[in-house]
Amino acid sequence: MSAPRLYGLMAEFENPNDLITAAAEARKAGYRKMDAYTPYPIEELTEALEIHDSRLPMLVLVGGIVGGILGYLLCWWCSVVSYPIIVGGKPFHSVPAFIVPTFETTILCAAFAAVLGMLALNGLPQPYHPVFNAPRFALASRDRFFLCIEAADPKYDRDETWAFLTRFSPRVVMDVEE
Amino acid sequence: MSATAGTGGPRAPRESGMIVAPGHTFTSVTDKIASIALGRRTPWFWWIGTAFAFGLVMMLLATITHLVFKGVGIWGVDIPVGWGFDILNFVWWIGIGHAGTLISAILLLLRQKWRTSINRFAEAMTIFAVSCAGLYPLLHTGRPWMDYWLIPYPNTMGVWPNFRSPLIWDVFAVSTYATVSLLFWYVGMIPDLATLRDRSKRLTAKIAYGMLAMGWRGSARHWQRYETASLLLAGLATPLVLSVHSVVSLDFAAGIIPGWHATIFPPYFVAGAIYAGFAMVMTLAIPLRKLYGLEDFITAKHLDNMAKITLATGLIVAYGYAMEAFMAWYSGNVYERYMIWNRMTGPYKHMYWALIFCNVISPQVLWFRKVRQSVGALFCMAMIVNVGMWLERYVIIVVSLHRDFLPSAWGMYHGTIFDWSMFIGTIGLFLALLFLFIRFLPMISIFEMRTILPEAKVKEPA
Repeated sequence: MSAPRLYGLMAEFENPNDLITAAAEARKAGYRKMDAYTPYPIEELTEALEIHDSRLPMLVLVGGIVGGILGYLLCWWCSVVSYPIIVGGKPFHSVPAFIVPTFETTILCAAFAAVLGMLALNGLPQPYHPVFNAPRFALASRDRFFLCIEAADPKYDRDETWAFLTRFSPRVVMDVEE
Repeated sequence: MSATAGTGGPRAPRESGMIVAPGHTFTSVTDKIASIALGRRTPWFWWIGTAFAFGLVMMLLATITHLVFKGVGIWGVDIPVGWGFDILNFVWWIGIGHAGTLISAILLLLRQKWRTSINRFAEAMTIFAVSCAGLYPLLHTGRPWMDYWLIPYPNTMGVWPNFRSPLIWDVFAVSTYATVSLLFWYVGMIPDLATLRDRSKRLTAKIAYGMLAMGWRGSARHWQRYETASLLLAGLATPLVLSVHSVVSLDFAAGIIPGWHATIFPPYFVAGAIYAGFAMVMTLAIPLRKLYGLEDFITAKHLDNMAKITLATGLIVAYGYAMEAFMAWYSGNVYERYMIWNRMTGPYKHMYWALIFCNVISPQVLWFRKVRQSVGALFCMAMIVNVGMWLERYVIIVVSLHRDFLPSAWGMYHGTIFDWSMFIGTIGLFLALLFLFIRFLPMISIFEMRTILPEAKVKEPA
């Protein structure tokens, strides 16, 4: 059996500042296929990695609009078309009364769009991912900060990238197996 | 901060006004909170509390069984008081739930960092309170096995729900609220479930937490979308929570009963809900921080802030009571005037004055810093508010109904033993769910706690 293919190289940092510096420098050096793993969200890291993704708010907007239209159509179709019946002398098409269910379905669909959209764009649930093969990666959910430069990056070279990552005084640099 | 950190380990910051005790690190915060869920030994008080709560759940199940066999006649409801304990407990529980959403959504949008250590269990409290609340209208329908009729679905009878009725608005509002609260709670927990997955030593725990965490790995790209989703959910939950209690209040305000038919109801109910909810958060937080030694995370500052919110919303509620009385007089309507006079001097007058004592007079002690800093006093205050808000619903619902327009249709109402066993049973259900939550899930948001630590502060690049 041949040696396992490498997914990339991973550097472990002890504090967020070193990670942010390393990420920004790696970006400057031309690395593109990389990701950082942290125990909590860090805004400056998002900037350092130049992550721009605004699809989620759009999805939520669409979810809300669709939910609102469907909710109103439900009230209207049931009360005007399918089962017109006079209750308390109100018109069949009772706009103010229909606002409440419409509002609720708007929120409901927008919330589902936010949650399912976030999971889908993040590719979750994901039963397997190579970064978990890194020996100390469990600490990414506790107190350590990781930067992984992937082998798929055009600029990636096992030795050069290794030397590059070592410059930022990481605690350790390790191979991540595929 | 570094001056106090040198005084020897983490200490409860009584006077300092800090939202987390000095000396804590990513490691200590993670391990402390995770150990509550992952620890092999279950503390004695958990067993006692859970056994007690499950005993009450059994009582609830027995009551429901009897109710399904006999019908709602086992409750005290009758004409003229057709809405008794069932609806008042429904409103009481829904109101309690509102503080969870307020803390997790509104305080998030307002960037109130102190919410961090209390939001998780407040959200759990919301879900459990809504579960208890939901039982009441579902059972009050009389034939709970046909409750699916409330949902608009194509059926062979060719009928649809009446969308002009506040009762169907309730179905939409409460079910949306329950669903969105559950989503918010679960999404908020995903990174912490990943922490538990990575920290647990037992295989079963690893598998269970691993499945729930869905492969979360803390990627920067994921965090960016995650934060966006959290903010958007908070933005959606904020109008939702305001709408839910407004809709609940419309169940009354859209009726013509004197004492119900008032435009002040929606804001007055929402303020009451927040008031009741914060009292319940304090009722739970005070014993929990003591028993689990969480004074470093739920500090005196948290209790102080919650007490201030309780006081502020309590004043709004007091304004509501004053306006109810004023409008009854100012309207010149004989039925309205009689309604308020009957509340104050009628057969249920002790309820009304107990309500005024609990919700108007006693919260005024919260103006004093000494009271806000005394844990015991705050706990007593929170219990008084819990009782007061229950009395408020009793006065609004029962006392308004028992004497409306025609004296020949007047009557009296008292809860029966089954009303009480059902109410106490739902308290048991609430506590039982809460105990299970504390034992198996992270009761404080670990990843959000990390963000407020001094180590998390990012230095400006040189």
